[in-house]
Amino acid sequence: MNWLWNNLDLVLELSVEHLRLSLPPIILGFIVSVPLGWLAYRYKLTRGLVLTLAGLLYTIPSLALFVLLPPLLGISFLSELNVLIALTIYAVALMTRSVADGLASVDPIVRESATAVGYSPWRRFFSVELPLAGPVLLAGLRVVAVSTVSLVTVGVFVGVRSLGFLFTNGLQRGIIVEIVTGIVMTVVIALILDGLLVLLGRLVLPWTRLDARARRRIPVTTAVPA
Amino acid sequence: MIEFRSVSKRFPDGTIAVEDFSLELPSRRTTVLVGSSGSGKTTLLRMINRMVDPTSGTIEIDGEDIARVAPVPLRRRIGYVLQNSGLLPHRKVVDNITTVPLLEGVSKRDARARALELLDTVGLDRGLADRYPSQLSGGQQQRVGVARALAVDPNIMLMDEPFGAVDPIVRADLQQELIRIQRQVAKTIVFVTHDIDEAFLLGDQVVILEQRARIAQVGSPAEILANPASDFVADFIGADRGRRALRAVHTDGRTVLIDRDGRAAGVLLEGEPGE
Repeated sequence: MNWLWNNLDLVLELSVEHLRLSLPPIILGFIVSVPLGWLAYRYKLTRGLVLTLAGLLYTIPSLALFVLLPPLLGISFLSELNVLIALTIYAVALMTRSVADGLASVDPIVRESATAVGYSPWRRFFSVELPLAGPVLLAGLRVVAVSTVSLVTVGVFVGVRSLGFLFTNGLQRGIIVEIVTGIVMTVVIALILDGLLVLLGRLVLPWTRLDARARRRIPVTTAVPA
Repeated sequence: MIEFRSVSKRFPDGTIAVEDFSLELPSRRTTVLVGSSGSGKTTLLRMINRMVDPTSGTIEIDGEDIARVAPVPLRRRIGYVLQNSGLLPHRKVVDNITTVPLLEGVSKRDARARALELLDTVGLDRGLADRYPSQLSGGQQQRVGVARALAVDPNIMLMDEPFGAVDPIVRADLQQELIRIQRQVAKTIVFVTHDIDEAFLLGDQVVILEQRARIAQVGSPAEILANPASDFVADFIGADRGRRALRAVHTDGRTVLIDRDGRAAGVLLEGEPGE
């Protein structure tokens, strides 16, 4: 335990660093996967292609990706950019399917009614379809957040400092407390981000909290096509 | 006035929904398109706001060929009410009503004030303005749907089986409300239903459709009841059965109408309604 008390500053510094490294890939991954997910949702042809590709991307081991990316993109092995890009790729790989599923979950009657009252396709996408896909997007984003926080630790192998440093350093020096601290703090950061996302969901998707209650009260009717 | 001229619609899968359909729909009147499923009535309705484009023929609104009008602006000046209200579940009632006015650049304050007035018009409490659609009953949602359609003060309102999904008591209530609202706003309403009673209740002009939107008969409810154009129409409106088949019995110098079970349905009066 002594190690921990003597190194609180280091733990704090690495935790902040870890959080700083986690956020950009989550946000970038979300932004990139929206058009990709749309493509997968909208056209049968692109659906298989995009989703298979995304699935395959996720199976590439992270270390391999750290090694592969620099020569491909002409960047340094030992750069944050390397980690940022690799983690964004994983985020996209996970998130694309959520976006596609989320868009598919939007009630076709609502989509049609938005068109009927005069939403242009663009506006309909951003102010009707994307918000209504919200709950599914949020679920996907939570997985992405946790996965990213955990993957950031691997960046230590290409010299990007994060809580992962505590793993390698603790292993080399045989300090179990250091390793455990690394694990605990990684989990804590993941939990904090997850909690923030849930909170964000409550703020931007206020109608979803009524649904469960309302559905019980009002019978759901099905449309009879004319 | 809306005018269909030799309109046909063949869908990509080869189904012919509408074949050579021509009709005038007079302004400020309610025209009801009634037919069973497959009669193409919804397709006809959706052609008016270009949700569906005809394969051939033209549709004119006040003499203007709508094929020359971009769909989005066209739709914004036509009210549309769907069966399940089609409200946006993520927007509050008031935001649902102000959607199109805001898209059209009306100020937020004016749009909201107008939305609250419209809640009065459709007989809803203003206190519901900040609820979400899922917190409303089916009947209330339909009223909001009507309010939303009226929000841009359109000349035309399209109603696609708007009362089809609510229970009979609420439906009867909504029908009476629509009659009252129409008296107040006098829009050109195109109303689609498969319920002949609803058609006769609401329609100034009733259009009975067979398959592929072939017109079996057009006329006022009274004209159609008095003189069904074919066996199909007679059968469809149930002219000789049920509660429409009334028998006149002369008793004590008055004419009493008796239904087929022998119960008195009413007394026959002479002269114009309302006298």
